[in-house]
Amino acid sequence: MVAAAKFDLPQGTLDLLILRVVALGPIHGYAIAQRIQQISRNALQVQQGSLYPALHRLQYKKFLAAKWAESETGRDAKFYELTAKGRAQLKSETESWARLTELVALILQDPEGELS
Amino acid sequence: MNWWRRLFSSARLEQELDQELRFHFEQQVADNVRAGMTEPQARRAVRLAFGGLNQVKEDCRESRGTMWVTSVAQDIRFTLRTLRRDRAFTIVAVLILALGIGTNIAVFSVVDTILLRPLPFLDAQRLVWIAGNNGTGALSDTTFRVDAYEEIQRQSQSFTEMTAYVPFFATSDAKLTGVGEPRVLAGVWVAGNFFHMLGIQPQLGRLFTPEESVKGGRPAVLLSDSFWQRQFAGNPAIVGQAITLDNQAVTVVGVLPAGFDFGGVFHPGVKADIFTPVVMDNIRNWGHMLSMIGLLKPGVTVAQAQAEADVVYPQIKAAHPEWMTDLAVKITGLKDHVSGTLRRSLIVLWCAVGVILLIVCANLSNLLLARAAARGKEFAMRSALGAKRSRVVRQLLTESLVLSSLGAALGLAIAYAITSYLAHQGSIALPLLSSARVDTSALVWTLLIACIATLFFAIVPTLRMSRGNLQDSLKDSGHGASAGRKHERMRAALVISEIALACVLLVGAGLLLRSFLRVLDVDLGFEPSHASAIKVDFNDDGKPARRGAILKEMLRRVSAIPGIEAAGISDKLPLDRNRSWELGAKGRSYPKDANHDAFVYIVTPGYLDAIGMHLRAGRDFNWADTPTSQPVILINEAAARRDWPGQDPIGREALGIGDGVTRVVGVISNVHESSVEEAANPEVFVPVTQGSPEGGELVLRSKLPPGALAGSVMSTLRSMNPGQPATEFRPIQQLVDHAVSPRRFFVLLVGTFAGLGLLLASLGIYGVISYSVTQQTQEIGIRMALGATQARVQLRVITKTLKLALIGIAVGVVASFCIAALISSLLFATAPTDPLTFACMILLLIAVALIAGYLPARRASRIDPIVALRCN
Repeated sequence: MVAAAKFDLPQGTLDLLILRVVALGPIHGYAIAQRIQQISRNALQVQQGSLYPALHRLQYKKFLAAKWAESETGRDAKFYELTAKGRAQLKSETESWARLTELVALILQDPEGELS
Repeated sequence: MNWWRRLFSSARLEQELDQELRFHFEQQVADNVRAGMTEPQARRAVRLAFGGLNQVKEDCRESRGTMWVTSVAQDIRFTLRTLRRDRAFTIVAVLILALGIGTNIAVFSVVDTILLRPLPFLDAQRLVWIAGNNGTGALSDTTFRVDAYEEIQRQSQSFTEMTAYVPFFATSDAKLTGVGEPRVLAGVWVAGNFFHMLGIQPQLGRLFTPEESVKGGRPAVLLSDSFWQRQFAGNPAIVGQAITLDNQAVTVVGVLPAGFDFGGVFHPGVKADIFTPVVMDNIRNWGHMLSMIGLLKPGVTVAQAQAEADVVYPQIKAAHPEWMTDLAVKITGLKDHVSGTLRRSLIVLWCAVGVILLIVCANLSNLLLARAAARGKEFAMRSALGAKRSRVVRQLLTESLVLSSLGAALGLAIAYAITSYLAHQGSIALPLLSSARVDTSALVWTLLIACIATLFFAIVPTLRMSRGNLQDSLKDSGHGASAGRKHERMRAALVISEIALACVLLVGAGLLLRSFLRVLDVDLGFEPSHASAIKVDFNDDGKPARRGAILKEMLRRVSAIPGIEAAGISDKLPLDRNRSWELGAKGRSYPKDANHDAFVYIVTPGYLDAIGMHLRAGRDFNWADTPTSQPVILINEAAARRDWPGQDPIGREALGIGDGVTRVVGVISNVHESSVEEAANPEVFVPVTQGSPEGGELVLRSKLPPGALAGSVMSTLRSMNPGQPATEFRPIQQLVDHAVSPRRFFVLLVGTFAGLGLLLASLGIYGVISYSVTQQTQEIGIRMALGATQARVQLRVITKTLKLALIGIAVGVVASFCIAALISSLLFATAPTDPLTFACMILLLIAVALIAGYLPARRASRIDPIVALRCN
């Protein structure tokens, strides 16, 4: 469930976005949501209801590792970082995403398929 | 963190989850405050954006992959709580299931032991039974002479190895002296390689060495485990020592393992104490002596071995006309030989318990449906509160699974009791039964049965309950509305099928019971009641005249004991061990290869009276028949009909018995010598003074119980022969019981199952009728208030019961006709459509149905209209 009214994130893309954001360095859940929102210029708002289950799922799949550490505000927060497995996953997912969008764009731009 | 860690550290995970989400929440609030909101405003905004915190948590938990375990645990806890609350229902359901599952496991264990499991030997699948005379006839027909055994061994290409034993146990019995009272041991003579080929390793000592089975070798003996325990108290020091058998020192070379049960495999009911290596040269000229077992070469099939035998053995026979033997052999898998004839009976038994399980499932389905009606509201409420349908179904299935698990656990205990009881019934002549037990495969079977049963009995009530329209169920269980018609139709259908199944079981059991009664009614040709036998020992130095004198004196002294009505001696008893010789009328030509064997008994004068055989014509033997007088024989009617058809055989001369010509002096009625159920074969009786008996069985006829006679008879025998071993009196009835024991076993089991089926079906009827009376309390109250009499109300309920019963019986009878045709080969002198059996069983079912219906009917008629109208 992503940002009501603003955008529907296709299935599975949230995982990819999370991996991408976490790849920048250890980061906690709230910051991940903020970062996605910022980068997308507020177009994407990740709800907690999908963010945390996704984080946990990725953690149990061993794409992410988690540890508790002090946050910038001084409170303890759960920081996620990418594992080697997660890095490989991010790479292959990014490639297949690029390929997919390329193909989708190709088909959409096909002049013969133009809607009359 | 792996799955197991996640499962077991859920408390920590919960706390972390809470902390993580709280952190997010607080950060958001802090950001909002920074953006200019007041603290309460910020909190409110965040809370709104957050949605249900619990929903988020639940989704996170779901992602752990351990949710289903916790919810199953929840379901089970809840189930146990409900079942505990509804104790009566739980007990009845578990008991019914336990009976159904228990009988199924027990029968499976028996079927597995006798039919499915390979024999407890090495390479059991490659062992074959090689029987002479195409596998038919008396022991003397199916056995081989030593020369033939050796020649077959030399010429056959199909076998890795062959071995043999001597099935004429009277010959191999041995008298043990020097250890307490002299006693006769049940011995078996086996070829030297017997145990080695079967892969039996002694638990102590060693097997026989080749030198021990040649002439002049050191005498050796192996003890069976039970005999070793009984006689030597399991003392291992006995190995290597000598014991005295038949006045000869014999070395005990080893003790066989407890798991080896010779009788159980080869001769059910025969017990074997000791095994002696047979010296082939000693019995070379004794005629047919050996039962043969072969070990096929790997890859060779029974059919290939049979094909080889069909070609090669006649060549052997042609090369040795002097053997006078007929090498037409039949080769069967050893397992087939041991239990092949029981296959059909066992399958019937298996089907019978299968039917029981079906009835149990129908019954339980019914109980659950009744419960469903009572719980309709509960489930409607749960659905209304948001329980998914899958969750409700799971809850119901969990309940059913818990019930059948409890039933299966109790059933296992029942099965364990039944199998260990059966395994210790030495008197049942079924092979391998003593090794029946609940083993791993039975446990797997239990699991399977329990799951199948759960599916069967749970599926209908579960679907019914979970499908229910919310509004309807909330309304339907309101006061006054009679339960859904569909619901009741379903229950009626279940009861009808229960009655039909019970009917099939009852008819099957009835037919088997009638066959059994017919078998007991068979005129055996002798009178088993009031007769008993004891093995006697005498030393005649092989001189017939001396033997006559000893036995005449023995019988004189024994007959003088008060209470003894008749006494006589035979070397073999009917329905016990046997042997056969050729018998023919002198001057009559027989077609070549025709079997004209007759069973031979060597007896004293007076034996016929003692055992209760009937002389039809001529005379019994007397002491004037001596070794030097005219050789005489008695024959039975079957022999007279075969060899002297249409003539009076008295005074005619016969060939084949003894050395020359014998004269027939009497004819007796047929005696069932080897089977109660098969027709009697030709028999010949020879006086002890003119034949050589293999031991002696003293048969006494007396109204006194054998126990009362034992002392005086034994002291009389000891006064003549101090070496007379201590042996027990065997009631002749015991021989008959033993012979009919397999049939008795099956009748008893199938009968018990039929009774169980009837009980369950009656419970089913009672349940449904009783339930419908409860549901209609108000209606009945109104009827009575409007003037219906008690009798009328009762009649209505009973009519309803009868209607159910009659439909069930109609279906059942049709099914029974089909089933009965399938079991016709198991019946004896009973038609599969036997009208009496069908009529009796139908009446029995109707009677039981009436009783089951009468109880609720009576309750209905006692309904007080005022109370009935008010209480609803």
